[in-house]
Amino acid sequence: MDRKPFAITLDIASSLANHTGSWRSERPVYVDGLPPCSNACPAGEQVQQWLYAAEDGSYETAWRRLVEVNPFPAVMGRVCYHPCETACNRGQLDTAVGINSVERFLGDEAIARGWRLPDPEPPTGKRVLVVGSGPAGLSVAYHLWRRGHEVVVHEASARPGGMMRWGIPEFRLSREVLDAEVDRLVAAGVRIECDRPVTDLAGTMAAGRFDAAFLAVGAQIGKRAGIPAGQAARVLDALSVLFSVAGGERPQLGRTVVVYGGGNTAMDAARTARRLGAEEAVVVYRRTRERMPANEIELQEALAEGVQVRWLSTITQVDEGRLTVERMELDEQGVPRGTGVFEELTGDCVVLALGQDVDRTLLDTVPGLQVVDGVVQVDASMMTGAPGVFAGGDAVPSARSVTVSIGHGREAAGHIHAWLEPSQRREPATEPAAAVPVSFEQLNPWYFSDAPHAVRPRLEKGRLTGDFGETVLGLDEGTALYEARRCMSCGSCFDCDNCYGVCPDSAVLKIAGAHGYEIDLDYCKGCGLCAEECPAGAIVMEPEPG
Amino acid sequence: MSAMPSRPVDVPFYQVGTRAVGNRLLDPALRTEQANPGRRNGLNSGHRACQGCGEALAARYVLDAANRATGGRLVTVNATGCLEVFSTPYPESSWQVPWLHSLFANAASVASGVAAALAAQGRDDVRVLAQGGDGGTVDIGFACLSGMFERGDDVLYVCYDNGGYMNTGVQRSGSTPPAARTATSEAVGPEPGALFGQGKDAARIAVAHDIPYVATATVAELRDLEAKVARAMEIRGPRYLHVLVPCPLGWGTAPGETVKLARLAQRSGFFPLFEAEHGEVVSSTPIRGRVPVEEYLRPQKRYAHLFGEPGRPDVVARLQAVADRNIARYDLLREG
Repeated sequence: MDRKPFAITLDIASSLANHTGSWRSERPVYVDGLPPCSNACPAGEQVQQWLYAAEDGSYETAWRRLVEVNPFPAVMGRVCYHPCETACNRGQLDTAVGINSVERFLGDEAIARGWRLPDPEPPTGKRVLVVGSGPAGLSVAYHLWRRGHEVVVHEASARPGGMMRWGIPEFRLSREVLDAEVDRLVAAGVRIECDRPVTDLAGTMAAGRFDAAFLAVGAQIGKRAGIPAGQAARVLDALSVLFSVAGGERPQLGRTVVVYGGGNTAMDAARTARRLGAEEAVVVYRRTRERMPANEIELQEALAEGVQVRWLSTITQVDEGRLTVERMELDEQGVPRGTGVFEELTGDCVVLALGQDVDRTLLDTVPGLQVVDGVVQVDASMMTGAPGVFAGGDAVPSARSVTVSIGHGREAAGHIHAWLEPSQRREPATEPAAAVPVSFEQLNPWYFSDAPHAVRPRLEKGRLTGDFGETVLGLDEGTALYEARRCMSCGSCFDCDNCYGVCPDSAVLKIAGAHGYEIDLDYCKGCGLCAEECPAGAIVMEPEPG
Repeated sequence: MSAMPSRPVDVPFYQVGTRAVGNRLLDPALRTEQANPGRRNGLNSGHRACQGCGEALAARYVLDAANRATGGRLVTVNATGCLEVFSTPYPESSWQVPWLHSLFANAASVASGVAAALAAQGRDDVRVLAQGGDGGTVDIGFACLSGMFERGDDVLYVCYDNGGYMNTGVQRSGSTPPAARTATSEAVGPEPGALFGQGKDAARIAVAHDIPYVATATVAELRDLEAKVARAMEIRGPRYLHVLVPCPLGWGTAPGETVKLARLAQRSGFFPLFEAEHGEVVSSTPIRGRVPVEEYLRPQKRYAHLFGEPGRPDVVARLQAVADRNIARYDLLREG
């Protein structure tokens, strides 16, 4: 037996024998909060999660996370109005993360590298008819195909894409990009039959032995206004103009073009008019800029291209080469009313962009399907009054954007799947709690490096109105990576090691070979330093159980 | 060629830059030692420091950095104080480094002796690090420390400054800042708390010894702290590192706010970060996001008497003047 050193009577022991975890009244818990970007995405993208993958250059992983939800990242990266960026907490630190531009980079990367969509589930033997090949129709087709259903999309026109092809001008969405993403879907196994308008739904479904149908017929009829017009007055419809340009025509609109309306279509029409040679493109809108339905980005880009806007004005009379507008004012409710002050403008033609109606030709033949206020009524599962007939996109009450429609398609696919496979239907046990996105106050922004404006990549403007080429260019890899890395990872651990470092008791452990950490409850005293110093707000202190 | 991270390194923009402890996007060699899964944990779990103890955190930061810098050839000497009391209740020890404890006053002298013994054995590969609190350093052990400096002994002395004698009941020390309430500087009378004009700026006194290296650090600036330990270990002779370590018990702050308070001390200018070599200040850490000193003082109960009704805005202004003087002295607002 060893002799102990002088004056030592006990064996030397480690303080590990002392389980200081018993002092604790609160314990840290890792959480996955809801990032505001994901919360705001109408398509349902898990933005923070794909940015996380992109941050270390795992672009294909990032893209695969994207296409879990959205089959068209390259399109979305061009035409989405990115409510994610509006919601981004980084906007409160310096400027929002350029999520949309990173999405475009990933989408373009996928096209360039020929990444293929994920394999579908084994065939179910069920067949679904999709009417319309716009974003809602193709999205529902994609998500049903992934679940193993056979999908056939019937498209009335000669080319697939719906409003992505016929409504959105080429200077916002290159047709090569659209074709590449649609072709990828077709190559994967989604059947799209063009020049196949559906006029008899029941007949088409019976002939094709379809078990369910999804109507994505869009809203493509321009609203007319009863404006008194002289014999030789030229009054056109904005959608018709956009359709003809998308079809390769170059209609002559004149030197001065007046666009009537304040929505996104009005902006597209005015910008198109500039490209068709109009020296002046004037948008006439009856309310104020604050109340304009057009997206701010669209307005900005239109103004940058020299489009003019006359606020608080209505057109009361159109004649050859000129028109009369009345000055408006807003009453207390914000409703515009005439002031009796009239003005005359020159204008070689007037383009009406006053909103769009749904074509009811097919809809009115479907028994049980109801159309109220010009839009198709659907229940919470997106089913119309006709059993097994679902609807989405611009034809149902919605905010009418590509992103919203892609979200509709994904949501409807889930409902249609549940309809087709009732045994797999999972009723939600309880209503999910209203998820509150992680706020800026829950973060510890001290840790995020300053990303000064000068360093922030700015999208270069291409030649503006010279041709129909895309005006917004993509990011190179360096700047896309930089943008992705500006993500603050709101509510989600991103392995920064702060908790591991700041624990005075060394009670935070790394999980070997995996993402994340765990708390050593034998020694954690519950001081809360890890939670306080977590940059992402991904740790909360909870009362000790019992 | 040293693989040591020095100042926050200039890497392309990485989410949290290099401010966080680690970063999955950074080369492991560029991360802090605290991010290293194989770090020494010089002060191990199971110690009996209070919840959120800044001193326990700083001791592990310093020892792990020193361990990395010396390749594990390190002897430590500890003064009496919180650090010694909470880490070594006989027969348990939290220390995972060779560790000696003698008396309250003589850590610097014992360290000098250890260095002399090693020198006598020709062991220049083993480095000596002495550590103590502000009581053991700035008050009780000050003569020993000054002697160690003057003799030129090859020791890095680290003072963990929590501004008082905390484990004996929060008495005032020579490092207690003005106006702070302690058990022996009560918040009464026209000059409540510790008096202005008393107390010592130990780091500046160390600089006045013209020793090879003096630096200040806080538990909120880990990279800065690790870089200073690494720098100190590149140098021979007497060196001094003064680390601000908030004390939830003595300061009357929430345990989870320890790092935040250290950060506010630095961002307000109240605790300046600098390095000096051979009597000259050679660098300082500019303030990123300056805050008024009030933001640092308000969360601390030891300053509560300044903020009640009617409060003592005049005293707060005098404390702000202290911070302003530091900012001017070390040029802390320059573009960093």
